[in-house]
Amino acid sequence: MIKVENLVKAFGPKLAVNDVSFTVERGEVLGFLGPNGAGKSTTMRMITGFIPPTSGRITVGGHDIVEDPLPAKRLFGYLPENAPGYADMTVHGFLNFAAELRGLQGSARKQAISRVVELCFLENVLYQTIDTLSKGYKHRTCLAQSLVHDPDFLIMDEPTDGLDPNQKHEVRNLLKHMGEKKAIIFSTHILEEVEAACTRVIIIDRGRIVANGTPQELKARSPEGRLEDVFRAITLPDTVKH
Amino acid sequence: MNSWANIKAIVKRELGGYFTSPIAYIFLVIFLLLTGFFTFTVGSFFERGEASLVSFFTWHPWLYLFLVPAVGMRLWSEERRLGTIELLLTMPVTTWEAIVGKFLASWLFLAIALALTFPVVVTVNWLGSPDNGVIFAGYLGSLFLAGSYLAVSCMTSAMTRNQVISFIVSVLICLFLILAGYEPVTGLLSRVASPRVVEVIAAFSVMTHFEGFQRGVLDTRDVVFFASAIGFALFATGVIIRNHRAG
Ligand SMILES: Nc1ncnc2c1ncn2[C@@H]1O[C@H](COP(=O)(O)OP(=O)(O)OP(=O)(O)O)[C@@H](O)[C@H]1O
Ligand SMILES: [Mg+2]
Repeated sequence: MIKVENLVKAFGPKLAVNDVSFTVERGEVLGFLGPNGAGKSTTMRMITGFIPPTSGRITVGGHDIVEDPLPAKRLFGYLPENAPGYADMTVHGFLNFAAELRGLQGSARKQAISRVVELCFLENVLYQTIDTLSKGYKHRTCLAQSLVHDPDFLIMDEPTDGLDPNQKHEVRNLLKHMGEKKAIIFSTHILEEVEAACTRVIIIDRGRIVANGTPQELKARSPEGRLEDVFRAITLPDTVKH
Repeated sequence: MNSWANIKAIVKRELGGYFTSPIAYIFLVIFLLLTGFFTFTVGSFFERGEASLVSFFTWHPWLYLFLVPAVGMRLWSEERRLGTIELLLTMPVTTWEAIVGKFLASWLFLAIALALTFPVVVTVNWLGSPDNGVIFAGYLGSLFLAGSYLAVSCMTSAMTRNQVISFIVSVLICLFLILAGYEPVTGLLSRVASPRVVEVIAAFSVMTHFEGFQRGVLDTRDVVFFASAIGFALFATGVIIRNHRAG
């Protein structure tokens, strides 16, 4: 279980994340929605222990990410925003490095790598360096890295960003499928994705949670039953005021 | 236990990074050409008519001034520029393991460069009969010297995502570490300050502590100086990274 309690992040006087609380259990896929600058990535960076919260508490599988980061970090895979990768490494070298840091060795490591290579369709670029990859392949490489140790928890910042329609479809199915056993948090700007893959949705706006429910519940809030209308109704007034 | 495995993985990745790019080989060639040039031409190795490597080691503080920051400048700034720092530090790895791993990899690279200067040792042994203990001490001191410059570069590279800025700041700090104990400068200083003050300032200089090694004297104080300089700069690197993450 990932548990977030009263999470706050201030950058100077600005509250990027303001009193956010939620939990994600195994078997759940939580979609994180919100306009640009809402605080989605900042929240994920705190959950994964990259940046410390100003206040609040986060536990991953019962381990506090600030007090006891290593056991917590072993449990999740993380796909950061923009899918970073070491430019001078080959896809294989990069995955090998990730698997090594995850404590995988020998044949277990080999198997893990070939599993994610297959899962993310990377066979054709395995020995290409990352700086020569197209955006979508780069994204898939980083996605593969987050799955290499078959973690219980997945935190993914815009996992389908830059993918072609076929790949988007594959990744959604993958999330849905993996979500049966894992706890997944992913952010996206694509509303159909939420309906296709999520069991629950959180809409965050200017650092605050403004909606939390199943896609069906949220859709029911609009007369036409469209998630997009709900999203705009909740978040548009604020963005215009900016 | 686990720490060591993580450090090893990081060292391997970093070293691999050096040798898959042509930069490493270019660096090695430049390093060897420059050491050769300084030793034999400027340092008048042959004219000295003595079997020692004084003319070789004397130039190291100046040679490293530019070459070591060139090796270290990318260590953290590149991670910040690419965003891979977010990946690395959300892996089950502590910040200090990452810092030590990166530092060791570059230090190892510099050690390889230094080891490739072995022909001067062969030459001087062939021409005469030098004190190889002194030469060994010189190499040891040179390695420490490179390590302390490197730790400084490690620190400056954590400050910025821009490698050029990282390089320049690092050169400036290393220059200070040289000049504080460089004789022409201490000479000037002693005209305006008391000898005690000059001595204290010079105690912070790598020149003062590299000196002993060159003469073949292994003084614990010199070793402690270099070790603490490295330790301090790496510690500062950790603080800078922590502050950067806190935003
Ligand atoms: N290091 C930082 N320093 C200062 N402000 C920051 C920093 N990181 C993020 N912010 C601010 O925090 C707010 C939330 O940013 P965040 O990246 O979390 O948004 P997001 O919801 O992921 O947006 P997007 O959909 O565009 O990815 C933004 O206003 C951003 O400018
Ligand atoms: Mg974002």
